[in-house]
Amino acid sequence: MSIELEHYLVLGALLFAIGLYLALAKRNFVGVLMGIELMFNAVNLTFVAFSRFVSADTDVTGHVFVIFVITVAAAEAAVALALAVVVYRNRETIDVDRMDLLKW
Amino acid sequence: MEDTGSIVAFWLLAALTVGSALAVVAVRDLIRAVVLLITSFLGVAGLYITLSADFVAVVQVLIYVGAISVLLLFAIMLTPRASRDNAETFFQIPALLLAGLVAFTISLISLDTDWTVVERGGFEETASAIGEALLDKYVLPFEMAAVLLLVAMLGAILLVSPEDTKEE
Repeated sequence: MSIELEHYLVLGALLFAIGLYLALAKRNFVGVLMGIELMFNAVNLTFVAFSRFVSADTDVTGHVFVIFVITVAAAEAAVALALAVVVYRNRETIDVDRMDLLKW
Repeated sequence: MEDTGSIVAFWLLAALTVGSALAVVAVRDLIRAVVLLITSFLGVAGLYITLSADFVAVVQVLIYVGAISVLLLFAIMLTPRASRDNAETFFQIPALLLAGLVAFTISLISLDTDWTVVERGGFEETASAIGEALLDKYVLPFEMAAVLLLVAMLGAILLVSPEDTKEE
């Protein structure tokens, strides 16, 4: 039995689902961010798997795309964690179910 | 990939990645969750190596294992009086259902589709090809990524700087 493209795709789907659950269900804002980073990782893994198995030998488009995704993810993480610190400074909590100023 | 080594490596790394991601969900302490998340990121870096993506694997270790996990730890330590536990909101059951549905659907589609797989040769280093692509075909997104990183850095500094230093 050898390792095929489908193995990586199913693994990516599992990781994405775990990240989605973390992002939707965790109460702490840092936990939500961990879920988002896990989803980024799952998508990047799928990109690299397609680049390895489907595209031509010299084509690195999938790898370049992953580099850009990692760049944007790093920028997003920096801004999101700064936002978490600001929210904590104002409200003494970063629980997402207690950030309800806009709730009617 | 037929040889035994890469098959064993794939299954070990997949178990490490998914196992520590599940442990991030289950563990009660946030600091431990970040440490387990680092393990998961390292497993993904190993999976990149099994896919012959050497440069992406190194970038993964540098950015995710190095930078983003330290950012997460900083965020936990800068919010000392917020709750430390990793508990769920009332949204737990719908989120579980949705995540299961997403995993099931994507897995089913990817197993059902007849992918046209190209036979690849042995390992070739990708760093020089990525460098040429970044400065040739993708030079505009490359420059925009530089601007994006600058804006994100300025935004993060501006957001967390104390109120009285902003006017100067």
